[in-house]
Amino acid sequence: MKSRLKLLASPARIGIYAFLASAALFFLLPLYVMLVTSLKSMDEIRSGSVLALPLAATLEPWRQAWSEVCTGAACEGVRAGFWNSVAITVPSTILPIMLGAVNGYALAFWRPRGATLLFGILMVGAFVPVQVMIYPLVRLLATMGLFGSLPAIVLVHLIFGMPVMTMLFRNYYASVPHELYQAARIDGGGFFRVFLQVMLPLSLPIIAVAAIMQVTGVWNDYILGLVFAGRDNLPMTVQLNNVINTTTGSRLYNVNMAATILTALVPLALYFFSGRWFVRGVAAGAVKG
Amino acid sequence: MSNVELNQFSITLAKNQVIQNLDLSVRQGEFLVLLGPSGCGKSTLLHSIAGLIEPSGGTLTIGGRDMAGVDPSERGIGMVFQSYALYPTMTVEKNMSFGLRIAGLPKAEIARRVERVAGMLQLKELLKRKPAELSGGQRQRVAIGRALVREASVFLFDEPLSNLDAKLRTELRRELKLLHQTLRSTMIYVTHDQVEAMTLATRIVVMQGGRVQQIGTPTEVYERPANLFVAGFLGTPAMNFIDGQLNGAGQFDAAPLTLQLPGAAQAQARTGGARAAVLGVRPEHVHIASGASLSGTVSLVEPMGNHQVVWLQCGPHLLSAISQEGSYVSGQQVAFAIDASRVSLFDRASGDNLQAGQVSQAGLADAA
Repeated sequence: MKSRLKLLASPARIGIYAFLASAALFFLLPLYVMLVTSLKSMDEIRSGSVLALPLAATLEPWRQAWSEVCTGAACEGVRAGFWNSVAITVPSTILPIMLGAVNGYALAFWRPRGATLLFGILMVGAFVPVQVMIYPLVRLLATMGLFGSLPAIVLVHLIFGMPVMTMLFRNYYASVPHELYQAARIDGGGFFRVFLQVMLPLSLPIIAVAAIMQVTGVWNDYILGLVFAGRDNLPMTVQLNNVINTTTGSRLYNVNMAATILTALVPLALYFFSGRWFVRGVAAGAVKG
Repeated sequence: MSNVELNQFSITLAKNQVIQNLDLSVRQGEFLVLLGPSGCGKSTLLHSIAGLIEPSGGTLTIGGRDMAGVDPSERGIGMVFQSYALYPTMTVEKNMSFGLRIAGLPKAEIARRVERVAGMLQLKELLKRKPAELSGGQRQRVAIGRALVREASVFLFDEPLSNLDAKLRTELRRELKLLHQTLRSTMIYVTHDQVEAMTLATRIVVMQGGRVQQIGTPTEVYERPANLFVAGFLGTPAMNFIDGQLNGAGQFDAAPLTLQLPGAAQAQARTGGARAAVLGVRPEHVHIASGASLSGTVSLVEPMGNHQVVWLQCGPHLLSAISQEGSYVSGQQVAFAIDASRVSLFDRASGDNLQAGQVSQAGLADAA
């Protein structure tokens, strides 16, 4: 007990905790400001300090942000954007995971001719900036008659998600003993049966990681949603930008803050409920660069 | 009758020729052990028989049927892997029945087979468990069971016991041998453990560098090794090798050791003339006995419980001798004899057994 106290109180320890505390403070301060501001009335914001706690906390800005604030021409709050984002994110998470898993499985176990080359080409895609590909993609989707629709934005997210999803699953399956695949082959399993009955049930950890990466990536996306989704499907991030950049009238800081928190809520909740997996997902992303 | 037949079989992996023009025929009901050091191509060969690795040349037939391009599941084989390779998310029962369910067998038939095999391998209480809830020995039993329910004509084992501890290994080895006696099906078994090879095999194939060094019954391979590699690979402690000269009169000289060779070796020596040779003596054929003609100094004694290994220094040569009784201390002078009728003679340059004629004759007699 004594030695443990000693350890906790050593100068190095104190230094580490001081650093961690100040770093946490630095990153949490903006969030704190957002939260308190969103709970204040405009009068209170004008009169008080940014850091002060709300004197008369109100949820009115949140209600306005959700259902009344103007996002460009329409004034229905960020609600519409929220549901648009859900409609984009759900298929843009499920499809890339499914395809990425099949791809990774094929690359790791079946090793078709030219697989390494194909994977290499796919990985090149991961390193080319998204912006470079926007114009060609716009032309392509316009030719296909898909431009500015929900399928278009899902397809674009599917394309850009493919390299990382494939790599994630390929690396995961590379760590599965090859003998497991061989045993299943001797038992007569074909491509999809081995995948669905042997490999997929093993893949829950990596599916969780992939889902976290894809949901955060798609939800936080702005540029692709703005370009490809079309007027009726603009995601929450785009709507939020419209809310905040509205130039008519006075700036409703409290509503803006509430709208921003609402937009950030999904990735934030994901982080809180799956912290362990989230870190793995971020680490996997870090390797990719 | 031959069950598995390989002709001029070659395997090339990443431009390396792993197996070169191999001919091998495995008889019905035989327990054939492929024995060799790691990297000798024995596992690759087994995987290729299973259809998991494409051969680069030659033919393979199982039960008379050509296996070129035949899917692993269509070959009539069952396979047991070193890492067990059980499906982690399935229960023991589902693991064993996976292949049968894919093949679309009727439920009653699947239940009957699983029941029978589970009874044979004492797995009945474990049927509802997942692999993670089993011990190593139990897992390997399930892996064997999964191969057995296929009721295949050939069973392939890829170092199935190497992941187990020594005690379990001995137990399962015994069970495997009993299983073979009961089932009488053809088994091809890969191992680098010479004890497993000696105890289990009806015939051993000793391999090195993708080539077969010798094929024979355990006794043949042990007592009449075809070359220095086989002689050195089998037996613990290893065979004693003594470098020396063979003269035309059938006498082996390696000062201060001399040995008069009997019969066949002598004849070979006469026809082949004098040459540099290596004498191979098994430790159990070095007898420590008072009044014997050779003498040496005890340098080390290793007690093994039921016997002891006595290391003798005789001039420049260090020999191991297995002795059942008597007590020795290092530094002690002892007299010993070498059983000249049981020694092997190898050509120093090629490493081949100089009594090769004798070996192949024995092989022919066995085949006939």
